[in-house]
Amino acid sequence: MDIPKEEFLAPGHRGCAGCGASIAVRLALKALGKDTVAVSATGCLEVMTTPYPETSWEIPWIHVAFENAGAVASGVESALRIQGKKSNVIAFGGDGGTVDIGLQSLSGAMERGHNMTYVCYDNEAYMNTGIQRSGATPFGASTTTSPAGKASFGENRPKKNMPMIMAAHGIPYVATASIAYPEDYMKKVKKAAEVDGPAYIHLNQPCTTGWGYNPSKTIEIGRLAVETGSWVLYEIEDGEFNVTYRPAERKPVKEYLKPQKRFKHLDDEHIAKIQEYVDAQCEELGL
Amino acid sequence: MVKEVMTSNKAVAEAVRLAKPQVIPVYPITPQTTISEYLAQYVADEKIDAKYIKVESEHSAISASVGASGAGVRVFTATSSQGLMLMHEILFAAAGMRTPFVLADANRAISAPLNIWNDQQDSIAQRDAGWLQIYVENAQEALDTTLMAYKVSENPKILLPSMVCLDGFILTHTVEPVEIPEQELVDEFLPPYKPEHSFIDTETPMSIGTFADPENYLEARHDMQVAMDNAKEVIQQTCDEFAEKFGRQYGLVDAYKCDDAEIIYVAMGSICSTIRAIVDELREAGEKVGLLKIRAYRPFPVEAIEEAVVNCDKLAVVDKNVTFGNGGALFTDIKAKIHKDAYGFIVGLGGRDITPKEIKEIYEKTKNPVKEVTWIGLKEE
Repeated sequence: MDIPKEEFLAPGHRGCAGCGASIAVRLALKALGKDTVAVSATGCLEVMTTPYPETSWEIPWIHVAFENAGAVASGVESALRIQGKKSNVIAFGGDGGTVDIGLQSLSGAMERGHNMTYVCYDNEAYMNTGIQRSGATPFGASTTTSPAGKASFGENRPKKNMPMIMAAHGIPYVATASIAYPEDYMKKVKKAAEVDGPAYIHLNQPCTTGWGYNPSKTIEIGRLAVETGSWVLYEIEDGEFNVTYRPAERKPVKEYLKPQKRFKHLDDEHIAKIQEYVDAQCEELGL
Repeated sequence: MVKEVMTSNKAVAEAVRLAKPQVIPVYPITPQTTISEYLAQYVADEKIDAKYIKVESEHSAISASVGASGAGVRVFTATSSQGLMLMHEILFAAAGMRTPFVLADANRAISAPLNIWNDQQDSIAQRDAGWLQIYVENAQEALDTTLMAYKVSENPKILLPSMVCLDGFILTHTVEPVEIPEQELVDEFLPPYKPEHSFIDTETPMSIGTFADPENYLEARHDMQVAMDNAKEVIQQTCDEFAEKFGRQYGLVDAYKCDDAEIIYVAMGSICSTIRAIVDELREAGEKVGLLKIRAYRPFPVEAIEEAVVNCDKLAVVDKNVTFGNGGALFTDIKAKIHKDAYGFIVGLGGRDITPKEIKEIYEKTKNPVKEVTWIGLKEE
């Protein structure tokens, strides 16, 4: 696959070295091209790319608040269509802005059938405020509000299954993706934009600061998430489910957990439990 | 020109039809609901060429409104009470992002206790959001003000959203004769919205709703204050233009028999009709009394109020809201800005009837004051 050279997210933004969120946006916009309007929820992405009077966005961009990207995108999409404009509408929300505080607004937007794509860039905690747990934080991860301690092994609940919640809305396109698999991700963004109606992409996005790994390893960690089956790449097109990438041989989950500070407190028992979760998930998804 | 008998909610819907917004995100709530129904029907019947967004909450109604207005189209939404409270956060964003759309608020009490009847606590609680707020007295004024609100908000010197406040049930569900202006004249008065900036142009992309640090935030907020100050002049100009075209004159305030009055009632909304009748009655009995109706609550028309009350001795300020631990909001504003002997009266919260007898009681209690703030109509222990 040819990845276009043209960038629509200018460098010089305030993202951390090794930031996965900027990769998430750059790839999506390369897939969509210039005729695209973006909406952001409050979060790392919004703050790091738009410190007034500067902006990294080379396409029209709007942000209103944390919990309403779905609704803002609904308004933008409606205004575009009534003016006869066919531009792509893409909304970016972090996991907090999507699976927690923005869930209602997003659900409404999807149910109403707006022709738009929503990308949840999931780094599995509230990173903008300094690594607090969200509904997308995985079992066993230590965050500042689900810290490991004497009586705690970190987050005690598994991740909310957001893509399936979106699929339950009966929208034409739902996919999972990873920034570490750019071709798969970009293909999905393109498909999402091409379908008539709402599309949702849940994107695994390693975060060097929040997950605690060397900033040069963002893609490696993203790959390990998929290679271990901790994150499964699939799409649901008009209700038809397909896994889009199958690791030749699934690696033990320990290889994914070990390089990350957020999991370093886990003992063998917890790791075994996570392996069980992952095995069950892979079985359910036919991996 | 057609004259029809209708509720204020219908009058607002008619104004919206005439104003031709292109996006209408709206969520039903008592007593605003019929506005959302009329507009849905108008869109269904192609009486309005607009996208009606069937949002899942008021929070999304206001959020979609900001998105659509930012994208350069005329937008209308409406709500009431709890719905306006749910919008609260985004009301500030709408003003800060300078999106000039119009919201009609069917004034209703705030929970708890849960209550669907009229007072003005809901909109008063939003007074610091950066919205223009106009309170109307009857159905005709509801229609006319909705049209004028677009013209004021969209003025490049303003670019702030407007809230048209109409008393729940007393206006929203009561029928009155209303003149419906001709579309052609409305089109002349309010041409299609052509914003100077719309962020969605992919040839000259803009970022809106950015983050601003302490080096920039203060100026952005000050710009809003300047716009609010400009709004006093622009509202008056727009009222004059409206009068020229449609023959009905409005202003920032409406003074009734104030010139030689010793005591002046100051009030907002439908209660002004009752007070006006009492003013006539008291005048017949030889009392020198007047009424100052406040239409524009934000911007607060200090100069217009000063001018109207210059000759009087005392003000009886009537509030259908309370700022707990202080008086009513209008009363405390008047006390802060107008150098007159003023007394505050809290009335009608949660839809309690305000009788002519009580309006006279307010007059008596201003003439012979006992305390600064009095709650009228409280049941005896």
